[in-house]
Amino acid sequence: MITLGHYLVVSGMLFALGLAGVIARRNIIIVYMCLEMMLSAANLALVGFSRFHLVNGLPDYTAQSLVFFTITVAAAEVAVGLAIIVALFRSKQSVDVESVTKLQG
Amino acid sequence: MPPLLFYLLALITLGFGFLVVTGRNPVTCALALAASFVGLAALFLSLDAYFIGVIQILVYAGAVMVLFLFIIMLLDIKTEEGKKLNLPAIVSGVLLAVLLTLQIIAVVGSTSLAQKGTQDTPLALADAAGKIGRAALPTITNDLKAGELPDAKLIGFTLFDQYGFHLQVIGLLLLVGTIGVVVLSKRERSAP
Repeated sequence: MITLGHYLVVSGMLFALGLAGVIARRNIIIVYMCLEMMLSAANLALVGFSRFHLVNGLPDYTAQSLVFFTITVAAAEVAVGLAIIVALFRSKQSVDVESVTKLQG
Repeated sequence: MPPLLFYLLALITLGFGFLVVTGRNPVTCALALAASFVGLAALFLSLDAYFIGVIQILVYAGAVMVLFLFIIMLLDIKTEEGKKLNLPAIVSGVLLAVLLTLQIIAVVGSTSLAQKGTQDTPLALADAAGKIGRAALPTITNDLKAGELPDAKLIGFTLFDQYGFHLQVIGLLLLVGTIGVVVLSKRERSAP
């Protein structure tokens, strides 16, 4: 039988994969993709909780509203982030995270 | 839902996710991410969240991935980072990921709440029609009485009934984001 725990473990593993990617990868675009993966993993946990917490015999739609907001924010974040990456590429001619060290103390 | 289907979908989601993290070519990574999102959308559908599943495909697998591929094409990045692997970062990343996964498995295994299956919490559509009664629109109660789950209608009702202000803030955020993107990508005019 598939339980809430199964979904939470899949969500956690997806989040961990994204986290490993954010730390280990050096291409800014791929770091961004891994960030998106982490956001989606959080969404999966939310939808899982929503399905297994019934209100009046229906899934808890408050959680799904939060997922709706998260997806909207993620879309806005991707647009702004990719614009920053393009601006960065214009000035550095590179997408390597180690080419941006100006803020390093 | 049959357990086999769940494991297949989880494998698609996590397998393509792994490909995103390990792939060398950004285009491969982007396509793997799209496939991973499709698997995730199927998982949403299996949780009776049809609206969220469709939105996931439309927004993530559609709009966001096209944006990523477009930027990859625009910047023309073919061979990258091939030179040297950043070993300390890779080791710490893998270590953190493994630790996080183990921790989540331990927490989930020790919580009784996480042992609830779909059979323990069946949707009671006809019951719900009577219970939410006058609080909902007639179109929602009619759907519930007919034995259908009016997923999008219920989310829309929740959004506009309880979170109207938040919805407007999100609209403002999208506007600010649009303006920000235009400002960021405007080429600075060089002095004559």
